[in-house]
Amino acid sequence: MTFKPIRVLIAKPGLDGHDRGAKVVTLALRDAGFEVVYTGLHRTIDEIVEVAVQEDVDVIGLSVLSGAHIQIAEKLIGKMKQEKLGDKLILFGGNIPADDISALNSLGVRGVFPTGSRFDEIADFIRSNVVAYG
Amino acid sequence: MSDQIKQITLESGIEVKPVYGPEDIEGIDRADQLGRPGEFPFTRGIHPYMYRARPFTMRQYAGFGTPGASNERFKFLIENGQTALNVAFDLPTQMGLDSADPRAEGEVGRVGMAVDTLADIEMAFDGIPIDQISVSLTVNAVAAPIMAMYFVVAEKHGVPLSKVRGTAQNDILKEYIGRGAWVFPVEPAVKLIGDTIEFCARVAPRYYPVSVCGYHIRESGANPIQEIAFAFSIAKEYVRQGLARKLAVDDFAGQISFNFDIFGNFFEQICKFRAARRLWAKIMRDEFCAGEPRTMQMKMIAGGGGGGLTIEQPENNIVRGAYYALMSALSGTQTMALCSYDEAFTIPTEKAALISLRTMQILIEEMGVCDTVDPLAGSYYVEWLTDEIENRIITEIKRVDNEWGGIVNAVSEGIIQAEVARQAFQYEKGLQEGSIHKVGVNIYRTEEEVREVEMHPYNPDDAEESIRRTEQVKSARDPGAVEAALSKLHQTVVRGDNTMPALMEAVRAYATLGEMMDVLKADYGEFREPVRL
Repeated sequence: MTFKPIRVLIAKPGLDGHDRGAKVVTLALRDAGFEVVYTGLHRTIDEIVEVAVQEDVDVIGLSVLSGAHIQIAEKLIGKMKQEKLGDKLILFGGNIPADDISALNSLGVRGVFPTGSRFDEIADFIRSNVVAYG
Repeated sequence: MSDQIKQITLESGIEVKPVYGPEDIEGIDRADQLGRPGEFPFTRGIHPYMYRARPFTMRQYAGFGTPGASNERFKFLIENGQTALNVAFDLPTQMGLDSADPRAEGEVGRVGMAVDTLADIEMAFDGIPIDQISVSLTVNAVAAPIMAMYFVVAEKHGVPLSKVRGTAQNDILKEYIGRGAWVFPVEPAVKLIGDTIEFCARVAPRYYPVSVCGYHIRESGANPIQEIAFAFSIAKEYVRQGLARKLAVDDFAGQISFNFDIFGNFFEQICKFRAARRLWAKIMRDEFCAGEPRTMQMKMIAGGGGGGLTIEQPENNIVRGAYYALMSALSGTQTMALCSYDEAFTIPTEKAALISLRTMQILIEEMGVCDTVDPLAGSYYVEWLTDEIENRIITEIKRVDNEWGGIVNAVSEGIIQAEVARQAFQYEKGLQEGSIHKVGVNIYRTEEEVREVEMHPYNPDDAEESIRRTEQVKSARDPGAVEAALSKLHQTVVRGDNTMPALMEAVRAYATLGEMMDVLKADYGEFREPVRL
């Protein structure tokens, strides 16, 4: 039996142009055996969700460094529910203060990986939270 | 080499010997490669007496929320001895969106000040002596319209454009590589930069229209060689833009300055700047036939260092900042700015910003770094490393031209972006695997660190205030004049003429930034990022 590789979308929402982290995590997750699509900069939430559907991903990871992570998470989760995509694993990364992590969790962001998080932590979290069938 | 001695390889890929001696600099012709300070090739500095005549300018990055709040911080910094301003704009402004635009939601006033119309710039510089303070505008995609606003404010302060000093960042090519605040496709974006260069050369000759930023390229992951090589490839493109406008190289190229990054290995950065200064002089003389020494002098702001700061044990960043400032001073910089110790996770508090300013002032007032020019000159290691770095920068520039089809092509196709991202990944991997040391991060870590820092608050009222102010401006302006000015801007673009005069006219009529950008977007189109990882 072969396992289907887990598919991940890394996305940069909004106007924030800091894409070093998003690109580095894209390369790191590919290195760890995931199939990773990166959206590029300045995507709207609608565009990101559309790509997630097209690419049939299991995981959506957003990178936010402008400080607007809470507002962005609210919008994303709203849109995902609307599109009946509630089963996707949602992750946030970037410049996120420790105090905001529980707020993001309660919105439905299951994993939060602030700047400086280890690649293996992110990879392990995805593996243990996504069940992939052959 | 003995087995017990650890091998050292710099980020640039250069191997460092444990000892250097006279034999290592035998091949270096001192008169030719070093010269005297203030003389070609300016390795030792662009002025004969450097800081002995005048210390470096201190220019901290600041600006937030509303133009009124930014105005207060500007005054605070000036009162505390800062000699120039470096203005931060919020993301909607940097992307050419008005505060009321739905895409601006949640971002208005967040990372800098929100500017919709001339009224905002008028308020930001109210009471600031702009004939005495040199102002740097950190804008790129929207540089032309924001410069137009600043020039109109200068006129209103009674300062003729021929006397306006200051700098715009206005380096769009690096935005595609790092920082990401691009709007237009590469070619029209570069054409707009040509407009600003030409306008300044003819009308505002003391203004520095472009500050080419190796800084953000390095912050995105480039090594020091790539930082300089890509910046020089970009700068050469802007020089070609000026020449295409039938300007003489000596009439404008001396007004192109540089912005470089200071974090990393101490000697590697210092030698990077000495090598860059020498190479830029040669490029300007030999490739562009510059005749005036001014045109050949690489003028720079060397500072920042954000990439070297850590979220962990943030107070350590104060110490890093002091070393970075020393590196910058020993590099012969014209202007210095330092990231503040809390800047890895927030917009600096007033206290943190003041510590950075004081760090630079302590260097000037107490350490004696201003006493004599280029004090490291003649060191076996420093001169050897300067030479080695220069050669590697030359090789990398050739790669851009010969393998990647020149800088415009390399950026349009995402080749440089992919190269820099790979480098960033390798660096991060090195940190996580422990082959690169970072104190407080992967060595001397404090487990269970409790972070007690003050975060810069975001005030959603700022957005409402900005939207309200622009509504008032709109209801008070003459709609006919706005329409006429915008239609003139469109015709100017269609004809391929310089857009600056038409932008200034639209600014005077209180057209919004978004309105001006919409005209330009309709004509130029918008960039689609080639994702090539």
